[in-house]
Amino acid sequence: MKPLPVELDSLACERDQRELFASLSLRLEPGEILQVAGPNGSGKTSLLRIMAGLLPASAGEIHYGGRSVFHGAGQEDWRRHRLFIGHAPAVKGALTAEENLSWLCALSEPVAVEAIWQALEQVGLRGFEDIPCHNLSAGQHRRVALARLYLERHPVWILDEPFTAIDKAGVAALEKHIVKHAALGGMVIMTTHHGLEHLPGVRQLDMGQLN
Amino acid sequence: MRRVVWLLFCREWRLAWRRPGDLLNPLVFFALVVSLFPLAVGPEPTMLRSMAPGVIWVAALLATLLSLDGLFRSDYDDGSLEQWVLSPHPLALMVLVKVLHHWLLSGLAMVLLAPLFGLMLALPLSSLPVLVLTLLLGTPVLSLLGAVGAALTVGLKSGGVLLALLILPLYIPVLILGTGAMDAALQGMPVTGYALWLGCLAMLALSLAPIAIAAGLRIGVSE
Amino acid sequence: MNWSFFHKLGSPKWFHDISGRWLPWFAVAGVLLLSVGSVWGLFFAPEDYQQGNSFRIIYIHVPAAFVAQSCYMMLAVAGIVSLVWRMKLADVALKCAAPIGAWMTFVALLTGAIWGKPTWGTYWVWDARLTSMLILLFLYFGIIALGQAISNRETSAKATAVLAIVGVVNIPIIKYSVDWWNTLHQPATFKITEKPAMPVEMWLPLLLMVLGFYALFTVSLLMRMRLEVLRREHKTRWVREVLEKSS
Repeated sequence: MKPLPVELDSLACERDQRELFASLSLRLEPGEILQVAGPNGSGKTSLLRIMAGLLPASAGEIHYGGRSVFHGAGQEDWRRHRLFIGHAPAVKGALTAEENLSWLCALSEPVAVEAIWQALEQVGLRGFEDIPCHNLSAGQHRRVALARLYLERHPVWILDEPFTAIDKAGVAALEKHIVKHAALGGMVIMTTHHGLEHLPGVRQLDMGQLN
Repeated sequence: MRRVVWLLFCREWRLAWRRPGDLLNPLVFFALVVSLFPLAVGPEPTMLRSMAPGVIWVAALLATLLSLDGLFRSDYDDGSLEQWVLSPHPLALMVLVKVLHHWLLSGLAMVLLAPLFGLMLALPLSSLPVLVLTLLLGTPVLSLLGAVGAALTVGLKSGGVLLALLILPLYIPVLILGTGAMDAALQGMPVTGYALWLGCLAMLALSLAPIAIAAGLRIGVSE
Repeated sequence: MNWSFFHKLGSPKWFHDISGRWLPWFAVAGVLLLSVGSVWGLFFAPEDYQQGNSFRIIYIHVPAAFVAQSCYMMLAVAGIVSLVWRMKLADVALKCAAPIGAWMTFVALLTGAIWGKPTWGTYWVWDARLTSMLILLFLYFGIIALGQAISNRETSAKATAVLAIVGVVNIPIIKYSVDWWNTLHQPATFKITEKPAMPVEMWLPLLLMVLGFYALFTVSLLMRMRLEVLRREHKTRWVREVLEKSS
């Protein structure tokens, strides 16, 4: 699946009578990585949640391939094309890593067990496939969630602080995977406090300087 | 689509069996409330018999409500609910599966236990099939309506009492029809009318409640 | 159809202007209707042949019950408007109307209980209407409690909107089941509000009182909404201008 261009058109967000950002306009082409930066409370997570479709924007539009993602056919496309991994990793403690992934992927498209095992190996969880996740550490929880990036075929990734609780080697592997995804024409929108300057072709959006 | 429903069912099944306490507690609560009444009003069989339908139904109401409080909360806390909302599959269908699964494990168990308590409350054997039938038709309504409240209070840390406040008034028709049917059965009158009405309510709840639950969850997730 | 009217409705400034112009008219109408209606009803309307003077409490009870019920319908309509068209003014209306509706329900219950004493010899009987009103009061409590429990204003508005709609779907079911429960347990006793053919001198003042209560409801709703709109928009220029002008 190839992504289509994403366009934010004077997007605004207001939370509890406080304007987080207003008239945010931006165009993203396939193959781009966008790092949303800015101080705490500048609306990074809100922007990502609006883009994912969890939070309604107080004004403005998002277009995907020229169609609004808030309703109609544009919304359908967007739902199938974007993958959102938020602060909370959506990993159930009572289920094993494999069971968790099998259900999370089935929410868009079911995957085979072998693929799940391969993905878990790539995020360094070999040998942990059938251990209930409440026995895993916070970093390993995050890795289970991130294994979806190796499994699912969404061209647009929206990642909220994906590096939280992950060790150096894990971060490096993930960075490599993100760059590879972009090189293949995918799109990545992410927030992180971790510097990404050393990666090729990363665009910065500084939420602190918007207003 | 069918695949997702099946996988969701399996997921819920696994989750439930790995934490059996969550399932058993409402049942024990149900049993406890029913046992309190003979202790409070005395063991006189005629009095117990006249009170039994009301006692069993009120206990079922409260037990259902209690068991529903946490229905969506753990999925909300760990972020699973976000992923459900974002999925291209219809949210209303997924919540319907989740609620029905919950009913199968808690509501149905209550229905099966009810005749036992009916006997303990001096109900005649002949009225027990009616008790089971009305509970069978009524408890899904209780689960579905309660799930609407659980969805609306999903983001709140202490939803329990609020949930009861929101939902108990909506339970009144089921309570009236359920106890009415039992009273009729005890007097040897036909109960078909009550059963049909309860069936109507069940159909109505099955078709409309998932929409309201989905709307409530979307609102909760956007907090 | 011209929709500009509908879209203007969403603008808080427009609402503040227009409601400011309507408010005095509703207030005058309310005072007139209520004073004429109550004087007529309490002093000049004929006595009831069964209940004597005690029937006169219907001039408060019935209008309050009417307003209480229509207020809940209004909540649901505001809820639909708020969810479908995302109109903020509907949120304001929903939030401001719920306590008024709860008070009206309370007044209806209180007058019903007072009426019960001379009629049935006790303050409370499980009469179908009184029971329905009691349940309505609980429904109002639910809406108010949910609105207060959720701290985020938009989330709270949407959640109460959904609850109001769910409640409205249930109200007819509750009402019929309670009516039916009542006939089952108390076969056809004396019903106070279903009088066969009330004479004109009796129902005309009642009609005035009902209209007066609606006017009173509108006035208090508009006043509450205006205050809430000012509070919500306090940062905008038009609110500052309004406040400067009035001070």
